[in-house]
Amino acid sequence: MPRGGQSRISIVINGDRVEVPAGITVAAALFNLGITALRTSVSGEPRGPVCAMGVCFECRVTIDSRPHQRACLTAAVDGMHIQTASTS
Amino acid sequence: MTGLRVDFYPEIVAADVAVIGAGPGGIAAAVSAAERGLRVVVIDRGLEPGGQIWRHKAGAAATPEAQPWITRLAASGARTINGTSVVDVRPDADGFEILAESASRPLHIWAADIILATGARELFIPFDGWTLPGVMGIGGTQALIKSGASFAGKRVVIAGSGPLMLPVAASLADAGANLLLVAEQARRAAVAQFATGLWRTPSLLLQAAKYRVRFLTSSYTTGTWVTAAHGVDRLESITLTDGRRTWRHDVDVLCTGYGLIPNVEIARLIGCEIREGAIAVDNRQRTNVDHVLAVGEATGIGGAPLSLIEGAIAGSTVGSVEAPSGHLLRRRAALVGAAGRMLDVFAPREELRSLPHADTIVCRCEDVSFGAVQGAACARQAKLYTRVGMGPCQGRTCMPALDFLLAWQADSVRPPVEPALVSVLSSEVAGEATPSFPLTSSVGEAYQ
Repeated sequence: MPRGGQSRISIVINGDRVEVPAGITVAAALFNLGITALRTSVSGEPRGPVCAMGVCFECRVTIDSRPHQRACLTAAVDGMHIQTASTS
Repeated sequence: MTGLRVDFYPEIVAADVAVIGAGPGGIAAAVSAAERGLRVVVIDRGLEPGGQIWRHKAGAAATPEAQPWITRLAASGARTINGTSVVDVRPDADGFEILAESASRPLHIWAADIILATGARELFIPFDGWTLPGVMGIGGTQALIKSGASFAGKRVVIAGSGPLMLPVAASLADAGANLLLVAEQARRAAVAQFATGLWRTPSLLLQAAKYRVRFLTSSYTTGTWVTAAHGVDRLESITLTDGRRTWRHDVDVLCTGYGLIPNVEIARLIGCEIREGAIAVDNRQRTNVDHVLAVGEATGIGGAPLSLIEGAIAGSTVGSVEAPSGHLLRRRAALVGAAGRMLDVFAPREELRSLPHADTIVCRCEDVSFGAVQGAACARQAKLYTRVGMGPCQGRTCMPALDFLLAWQADSVRPPVEPALVSVLSSEVAGEATPSFPLTSSVGEAYQ
């Protein structure tokens, strides 16, 4: 662990391995990487987090092959695989 | 047994009191009840106890207000189960059976009494472009910051209503965001009158001043609201108006929201009376349904100090004939009065009703436009014809908006109150009606 810093973990987002601080949520990790569109709506629009507290369901992503997981309610853990609807 | 996934086994928990929600109200209720020797289980959707107001990053220290309560909860003997969503609540002979989904597993809780501490969510009013990524809730932004999101260098405008804008503006400024403007839709005179009234609650006045100091380099304006968000695939700019002129700002993030509304879905599922959008309770926090109590924001927006008092009242009286202490009742009365004055000031203005156009999406889950539902007589009819409010959020976002825009009454609530795995929905506990204790018992009797 870096001195005075936070421990970091490694996760895979859309096939790319990235390091993020331990304790971060998936929604915050994606936000920090500039990934704004997390899912595609039923009419094809890109959507991102709105309420960040599990109410609006706009931040749904696929986590470890489980679809429709709310990124805002999920803590990133080492080795986690996350797939967003859009890779933009 | 091989080949069966562990997910299908329900965990079974029996308790005297089940507290739904682990914000300040739920924590205070659980602590008071557990310290009386009752077996208490607290379930919460979040990753850590504390709710939205006391939310903090996993592993990080809680705020000075929150820490003593979180420590007390841990020491109280109450069992807290985080990452858990309630799916259904059914009355049975001895109390209630609560079906929940916890880390993709079914969880069945038997409890003699329920204390609802389901909190509140933000009211959103649809406008053109509000579905673009980058348009977020005001509370949602605060939640993202507390979850580890970095807003450094982001161009941000906060446009909405209510006292929540101040702490979020302060957090954004602290986080290094380029906070261009904080726009309150309420009229200047109303906000000034409210601020003047704060002398009656000096602690709130001091708090507001402390927040303002943290974003002094950003503008704060009243009587101003957002009318549209623009961008291709993500937010690029917004249009604001003060009712006379309109102008644009280039932004990365727009934080919007028009105050808080109580989460009453589970209460309605159980059959509790709802009055003016909040769970109706008596002076012991009892709802009209026997053995169901409710505390905190779900019973009316009043802030964390009031939620703590209400939690203490419920936790100290649940399952007994004891009257709540006079001290608690007097504290509650004073705080309820202050909250009422605040709600009047920040009520959304009339002009916001004309924000959505016919092609503006109102239901974000099913992409239903305002024009598609405008002609419907009621929420039920609109749902049947357009699927408005029938997506994963179950109308939690669009229905309060349509209540504001079209004065619709909310439709009935039916289980599941949240999307759930089929394995959870179909998990039944075979055999006994009441599981054995202790609280941590886990029984593997289930079929898919």
